[in-house]
Amino acid sequence: MENMNELYSDIILEHNQCQENKHPLDQANLQEHGHNPSCGDDITLQADIQDGIIKDAAYTGHGCAISQASADIMIDLIKGKSVEEALRLVDLFLDMIKREVTDDDELEELEDAIALKNISNMPARVKCAVLAWHTLKEALERDQK
Amino acid sequence: MLNVRRDFPILTKVHNGHQIVYFDNAATTQKPYQVIHAIVDLLENHNGNPHRGAHVLSIEAGELYDEAREAVRRFINAKSTQEIVFVRNTTEALNLISRSYGETHLHKGDKIVIPISEHHSNLVTWQRVCQKTGAELDYMYLDAEGHITEADLAKIDDRTKIVSFAAVSNVYGMKRPVKEIVARAHAVGAVAIVDGAQSVPHMKTDVQDIDCDFFVFSGHKMCGSASTGVLYGKKAILEDMEPFLLGGDMIEYVQEQSTTFNELPFKFEAGSQNVEGAVALHAAIDYLEDLGMDAIEEHEHELTTRCLEGMKKIPHIHIIGSTDPAEKTGVITFTIDGVHPHDAATILDSFGIAIRSGHHCAQPLGCHLGVEASNRASFYIYNTLDEVDYFLEKLPLVRKQMGFKD
Repeated sequence: MENMNELYSDIILEHNQCQENKHPLDQANLQEHGHNPSCGDDITLQADIQDGIIKDAAYTGHGCAISQASADIMIDLIKGKSVEEALRLVDLFLDMIKREVTDDDELEELEDAIALKNISNMPARVKCAVLAWHTLKEALERDQK
Repeated sequence: MLNVRRDFPILTKVHNGHQIVYFDNAATTQKPYQVIHAIVDLLENHNGNPHRGAHVLSIEAGELYDEAREAVRRFINAKSTQEIVFVRNTTEALNLISRSYGETHLHKGDKIVIPISEHHSNLVTWQRVCQKTGAELDYMYLDAEGHITEADLAKIDDRTKIVSFAAVSNVYGMKRPVKEIVARAHAVGAVAIVDGAQSVPHMKTDVQDIDCDFFVFSGHKMCGSASTGVLYGKKAILEDMEPFLLGGDMIEYVQEQSTTFNELPFKFEAGSQNVEGAVALHAAIDYLEDLGMDAIEEHEHELTTRCLEGMKKIPHIHIIGSTDPAEKTGVITFTIDGVHPHDAATILDSFGIAIRSGHHCAQPLGCHLGVEASNRASFYIYNTLDEVDYFLEKLPLVRKQMGFKD
């Protein structure tokens, strides 16, 4: 990616700075640890799920701006959604990163996460962008079993 | 200053409109034409499986392989080529020592002493020896600047059977008092293992003068090709050790139920060998010796001095370990306030500058220092003062890109 302003856009920088979703959750019945061993991104995701609805979610940990912003954006997106809906959005996000879905209209429901679309041009940073989403997917799918 | 850039074709590569500034030499180095052509010449003219056939290509490949071993012996001043074992890399050499020496010679109550700054290859290996034998892994925790202290050296006591350390730390870039540590190990009857991965490419090495029992290094960090490493061991100790890998070429007589093993160094070289790698390493040694190891050290010292001076003037930059260039090779590890190293590396890459970001395969050190990840710039013979100045000019732009005002 030639233009760094495209990668580190205002949306990404704001979500990276934002601490609203970055804290331990008092009431959590779902917890999952996600880690990128090669670069050190390390997050713990927590959620409070009642009757199939994600009532609350938050994360703790550390990592690069991309991983932190991505976690923050994801939590904004899935809070209040049903588990099925959240899983569908996670899959849509992962499809966007894999360039399997490229149509902006289709991606619109990802809201701010669409700002990470061009990360697919940067193989070295894809892992950072998908960490939170993979972590959530793993936790929700295990919880459903 | 050295002037060798024309020998390295990759250095003309342009990325994002900028000529590549390659500052990731502690990870791997670039290759000069001399090395590239040596590999091509082997494959075009002499390729066979050495030590096996009676035909001309096997014989020629075998001769080139043996000549490479002799070049390595001369380069590090070992007594005999029997003490030079080709392996894949430093990591494999350390695995070999830990398996074939550590696991068979240590017992419950024994101690292994290493600095906290060691690379995972010189740390995880000893964890396993301890798990298998009941021995104990003890760390030298270093002072705030990364020096080994007298209290650290005092950990080498009567129970210590192995002392293993990097001659130059891949995180601190600091030169260790190698001879002193080896002498301390020998004083208590311990075996001394020196990891030369970050020292051999950058300065003269004399294993007889160091008097260590084992010395290991990698070819690709000194202009050689990937997957070419060297294990040096004192002959008496190597002879006393069990083979590491079993199979072709490392045997003497094989019967249905038992086998006797080949002599040194072949006992430790099972299977078809990496002749390209050995030939490349030979060419790399010739190349470096032509430049002169003292001239290489001096060149890197000038780059390091200029870079450290410049970095100290830039706000929000913190250098890890000593900032005295006299104590260092060309490895500078640093953090930038408020910017994760992964982001810093991406932003510098957009200017064509290649640095390393992450934990540098030394997680226990990061944990000890409370620094999960850091940035590392590292120099080699083809880097220039202009490149250092360009790096110093771009470094402050990293925080700016991340939205900071200063």
